[in-house]
Amino acid sequence: MKYDLEPTLPAPPSTTGVLGWLKRNLFSNATNSIATLIIGYFLVTLLGPALQWTFIDSDWFGDSPAACTSGGACWAFITYRMDQFMYGFYPDTEYWRINTTFLIFAVAIVWLVVDKTPYKGYVSVFVLFIYPIIAFYLLYGGSFGLEVVETHKWGGLSLTLVLAVIGIVAAMPFGILLALGRRSNMPIVKSFSVIYIEFWRGIPLITVLFMASVMLPLFVPEEITFDKLLRALIGIILFQSAYMAEVIRGGLQAIPKGQYEAADALGLGYWKSMSLIILPQALKLMIPGIVNTFIALFKDTSLVLIIGLFDILAIVQAANSDSAWLGFSTEGYIFVAFVFWVFCFGMSRYSQNLEKRLQTGHNTR
Amino acid sequence: MSTLDRSNQKNSATQPSSGRFWNDPDKRALFFQVLLVLGLAAFFLYIINNTLSNLEQRGITTGFAFLDVEAGFGILQSLIPYTETDSYGRTFLVGLLNTVLVSLMGIVAATFLGFFLGVGRLSKNWLIAKICTVYIEIFRNIPLLLQIFFWYFAVLRTLPSPRQSIEFLGSFINVRGIYMPEPIGTDGFNYVWIAFFLGIVATWLLKRWADKRQDDTGQDFPTLYAGLGLIIGLPFVVFLIMGMPLEIEQPALKGFNFVGGMVLIPELMALWLALTIYTAAFIAEIVRGGILSVPNGQLEAASALGLPRARTLRFIILPQALRVIIPPLTSQYLNLTKNSSLATAIGYPDLVSVFAGTTLNQTGQAIEVIFMTMAVYLTLSILTSIFMNWYNSRKALIER
Repeated sequence: MKYDLEPTLPAPPSTTGVLGWLKRNLFSNATNSIATLIIGYFLVTLLGPALQWTFIDSDWFGDSPAACTSGGACWAFITYRMDQFMYGFYPDTEYWRINTTFLIFAVAIVWLVVDKTPYKGYVSVFVLFIYPIIAFYLLYGGSFGLEVVETHKWGGLSLTLVLAVIGIVAAMPFGILLALGRRSNMPIVKSFSVIYIEFWRGIPLITVLFMASVMLPLFVPEEITFDKLLRALIGIILFQSAYMAEVIRGGLQAIPKGQYEAADALGLGYWKSMSLIILPQALKLMIPGIVNTFIALFKDTSLVLIIGLFDILAIVQAANSDSAWLGFSTEGYIFVAFVFWVFCFGMSRYSQNLEKRLQTGHNTR
Repeated sequence: MSTLDRSNQKNSATQPSSGRFWNDPDKRALFFQVLLVLGLAAFFLYIINNTLSNLEQRGITTGFAFLDVEAGFGILQSLIPYTETDSYGRTFLVGLLNTVLVSLMGIVAATFLGFFLGVGRLSKNWLIAKICTVYIEIFRNIPLLLQIFFWYFAVLRTLPSPRQSIEFLGSFINVRGIYMPEPIGTDGFNYVWIAFFLGIVATWLLKRWADKRQDDTGQDFPTLYAGLGLIIGLPFVVFLIMGMPLEIEQPALKGFNFVGGMVLIPELMALWLALTIYTAAFIAEIVRGGILSVPNGQLEAASALGLPRARTLRFIILPQALRVIIPPLTSQYLNLTKNSSLATAIGYPDLVSVFAGTTLNQTGQAIEVIFMTMAVYLTLSILTSIFMNWYNSRKALIER
C-alpha cells in the first residue's frame, strides 16, 4: 500500500510578500504600529517640503541672486562659485595642474584598491616616493616652465585634499618608528615614544594648530620664515603621527609571537625581521585602521580655517558673507556637508568591506 | 617584546661578547639610547635658545607674572563674577569653567541620545532601525566644525530680533539667545538641598542593604522606587514644610533686550547642539557594538531560567554590555571635551577662545599660555586613562 503526502499548504498570505514584510517589520504589535504611524507621519510632513525645497523649487544656475525666483534652494550660489570652491584662488589658467595632480593620484589609488591589478608593489613605490615630487612641482611650480603659484592662493577642496593626503602619508613613517619604539625594550626609547604619543593624543587639534602658527616661528632663528601652509602641515603631521602609531601598534600586536620567534630563529636582525617579516603582515591588518584615521583627519582638516587657511569650509564661509549673495548660507553648508559626506562615507564603506574580507575565519557572527 | 632583547638574552647567556662592542646588542642598545638622549637634548637646546633670543628681540618677558595684570576685556558668559578689571589669571578660570560647562552639558545629552539611537538601530521595527542608521551615517561623516557653523550661522543667527521674540512656554527665543524664567531660592531653600543630598546618601545605603539581603536570602527589594522616593520625595516634603521658599524671575523686555531670568546664549546653544548630535552618532555605534557583543547563549540561558524581559536586560545584558561599552564611551567623552575647543570658531568663551585666543593676543605670552592650555587638556586625558585602567581592572572578566 502506498501513502501519498498531501501537498504542503502555501504559507498564509499575511506572512509572505509585501503584506507579510509590513506585518513583520512595521506592525508586529500595538506599540510598534503606533510608533510606525507617528514616525511615518513626521517623515512625510518633513521630507516632503525638504525634497521640494532641495529639488523641485530650486534654481541651479545664474550669476546673481536675482536668478533664484522659485522660492526653494538657490543652488546658483554654489554653481556660480564652483571653481572657487574647488580650486581656491589658484589662477584659472592653471587649473589643469591641480586636475592632473589629482587625476594621477586617483588612478594610482584605484589601481591599489581594486583586486588583481598587477605591479601593486611598483605602484605603491611610485605613490610614496615619486608622486610627491611630481605633485609638488605641478602644484607649486617653479620648474619645468611652470609658473610659481604661492600657497596662499591655494584653497577649496583641493587644499583640503592636499592637507589630508600629505598629513597621512608623511605621518606614516613617524608612526611606524613610534610604534616600534613603544614596543621596544630599550627604556629610554620606549618612554620617549609613550610620552610623545600620549602628549599629542591628549590635546585638541586646535591647540596644536595654534601652537604651530604661534610658537613654531619662535623655535627657529629669525631668518627662517615658515609658510602658513607648511606650519599647518607640520602641526598636522606631529599630531597625526601619534594616532598613526597607535593604529600601527594595534597591527603589530595582532601578529602571532611565533612569527617573531621564527624571524629570530632564521637569524634575522631587528630591522630585517621587522621589515621583511613583521611589518608586511601587520600593514595588511592595519589598512582599515589607517583608513579610519584618514577619515578622522579628513574631517579635521576643516579646522585650518581657524588659522586662516582657505579650505573648502573656510571658502564657503567667506562666500556666505559676500554682500551680493547674502542669505544663502544654508545652501553653502549643505554643499560642503555633501562633499565631506561623500568622501567619508565612501571611505568608511571601503574600510568596512576590507575588514570583512580580512577577517578570514573564526568570528562568524 | 622586541627581538633585539631576546637575541640579546640569548647572546649574553651562551657566549661572552666577542670583543667588538657593536656586535653586542646590550652595548648597541645603550649606544642608541645615548644617541637619542643627546639628539633630543641638542634639539631642545636649539629650540630654547632660539626662543629666548626671539622673545628678547620682541621685548617679551617670560614668566607667569602676566597672570596678575588687569585683563581689560569683557567675556560674553561667565559662571563666576568677572569684570574687565579682573586679572588675566581670572580669564583662565572663566574659560576653564565655560569649557567644563559645555562639556558636561554635551556629555549628558549625547549619552542619552546615543543610547536611544544605538538601541533604536537594533529595533525590530524597520522604520526606527533605518532612521537611526541614516542619522548615524549622516552625522558622523560631516565635520563637527561645519555642524557648529550650520547651527550658529544658518539657524540661530537667523532668529528674530528681541522685539519679535518667539514666545514658548514662558521663554523668549530670539537672536540674542533663549531667555527662560529663573527659579531663585529664598530663605530656607538650603534645607531643600540638604534633604536632596541626604536622599542620595540614604539611597546608596539602602542599595547596599538591599543587595546584601538579596545575596543572602534571594528576596528582592524595590530599590528603584524607594530611591526615587528618597531623592525626589524627601526634598519636596521639606520644600512644602518650609513654605515653598522659591521665587520665579520672569525675563522682561526692557529697551532693546530682555532683562532677568536665565539666558542660554546662541554660541553655547550651537556648540551644545553640534557636540551632542555629532558625538551621539559615535556613542550609538559603541552602544550597538556593546549590546551585540553579548552572546546569544546568554539570552537563551536567561529565558531558560525564566527571567522576564526587563530583568534579562538589567541583570544579564547590561552588565555584560557595559563592560564593552564603558572604555570607548569614556574616550568619546574625552573627545567631546577636546572638541569643545572648536568654540573659538563661533566665539563661545571657552578656554581656547578666551585664554589661548584673546589673552594670548593681548599679552603675547605664547609659550606660557599655550603651555597652560595644553596642561589642562593633558590633565583631563591622564585622569580619563587612570579611570579607564581602574575600571578595566575592576570589570575585567575573572576567568576560572
